[in-house]
Amino acid sequence: MADIRTLHDAVAELIHDGDTVAMEGFTHLIPFAAAHEIIRQGITDLTLVRMTPDVIYDQLIGAGLVRKLVFSWGGNPGVGSLHRFRDAVENGWPRPLELDEHSHAGMANRYVAGASRLPFAVLRGYRGSDIPTRTDTVSTVTCPFTGEELAAVAAINPDVTVIHAQQADRQGNVRLWGLVGVQKEAALAADRVLVTVEEIVDELSPQAGAVTLPAWAINAVVEVPGGAHPSYAAGYSVRDNDFYKAWDPIARDREKFQAWIREHVLENTAEGAAAR
Amino acid sequence: MTQTAQQAPAAAEWTSDELMTINAARALVGARTVFVGIGLPSTAANLARRTAHPDLVLIYESGTLGSKPTRLPLSIGDGELADTADAVVSVPEIFNYWLQAGRIDVGFLGAAQVDRYANINTTIVDRGPDKPEGRLPGAGGAPEIAANCGRVLMVLRHSTRNFVKKLDFVTTVGHGSGPGDRERLGLRGAGPVAVITDLGILRPDPATSELVLTDLHPGVTVAQVRAATGWDLKVADTVATTEPPTADELAALRALQAAGRSAT
Repeated sequence: MADIRTLHDAVAELIHDGDTVAMEGFTHLIPFAAAHEIIRQGITDLTLVRMTPDVIYDQLIGAGLVRKLVFSWGGNPGVGSLHRFRDAVENGWPRPLELDEHSHAGMANRYVAGASRLPFAVLRGYRGSDIPTRTDTVSTVTCPFTGEELAAVAAINPDVTVIHAQQADRQGNVRLWGLVGVQKEAALAADRVLVTVEEIVDELSPQAGAVTLPAWAINAVVEVPGGAHPSYAAGYSVRDNDFYKAWDPIARDREKFQAWIREHVLENTAEGAAAR
Repeated sequence: MTQTAQQAPAAAEWTSDELMTINAARALVGARTVFVGIGLPSTAANLARRTAHPDLVLIYESGTLGSKPTRLPLSIGDGELADTADAVVSVPEIFNYWLQAGRIDVGFLGAAQVDRYANINTTIVDRGPDKPEGRLPGAGGAPEIAANCGRVLMVLRHSTRNFVKKLDFVTTVGHGSGPGDRERLGLRGAGPVAVITDLGILRPDPATSELVLTDLHPGVTVAQVRAATGWDLKVADTVATTEPPTADELAALRALQAAGRSAT
């Protein structure tokens, strides 16, 4: 059953050193505030899973908390490179970063398998690509009915999935809408689920195409207005594109990056960050 | 596309990037549906909707079917794509039910490195001995877009850095190592049919699957294109010249880009 918690307490209780953590949101509803709380608490040796690592994982990687990254597209969307990600992969700074790299279709199906509690998923993919030469989570399987050889991808079952949604009600039922991405699958694939929301309401508003996660499928709900900033939260805020652009020169430089984390994350509080 | 000499803008009135984007938009005529990557492909697909192809169905990997954005999306997660779509679906659904099921006519891709068989690398670059591999963003949707769409268009700027003799990594298969490779690998679509650049258009030779220069943009020479290509580029027996941009095409492209800028 979802408890309504503070961000500090929910993160401290649900996310531990060495965990595999998926923080999803396909460029929309990215749970930045929760990631900053992970940085403040110094939770480390994480395996992070996310289709598009985005600036959120650039920050966690640069902060030295990440051992391994499972992903399918690692850029700063609409801007360019993720420099902290590149520095970790290319130079091992601030620590080496192990990669498990896929295509989007492969990652989406890995979450589907995880949510279904199956060991793997089947797709037509990866044929002729060099991607399978660098990962042990892609293989092939022969269809028992037709004999066709298909790609098999290992299920992802994170210890914890963290997502940001627009609303929760007072019982902890969660609703998100707009581009719903892979959040439902990522949440249902995980052992523990933490959801930050724009607001807690008496009654969830009806929304076309919304994903509703019942309270009994979630461990903790935290009200964090602006918790997806600088990404989008449909119905609440648009992307702070200036931030995404400004991130490029900050992330290019190790010292500028560290100063930014110090000023905007470490010396801030969950409450202060939300009020930003 | 017909126009009188008086109406035609002079060569100095457009840039090579505009030539590339306008020709990429023209290449979508005849398609019903297109799976669009962000960046150059998205600009070209949106231009097509504003010029010769208003009914083109734009599909984005964030899960939107039939997006009709009023400005260029800032990223694949731009709410504009969802707000203007016929339907919004989850990411697993867009890849499994729509792309993998073979429902989409054209896949429209950019690339970091391309080889003579239109294979794509967007993963790593070899920077020489004793240097770490350089990281690129990775695959995204491209491997399955190229595998499962009816055909593939590619749009990228022409340079020896991008058009290479040998890929450092095959992220996405175009025509593999030549004729028959796509069938052998079980890749169901026709694969890349055109690579549109800022200098001209390359298309695969039906006999060899190797990219050959078939079209030059106005004012560009064969020698320029060959110099910008990292392999010994073959040239078609007859090389066409692409139609100069019309005033309407240029106006539509510039309005689209201006609307994108004001949104930031």
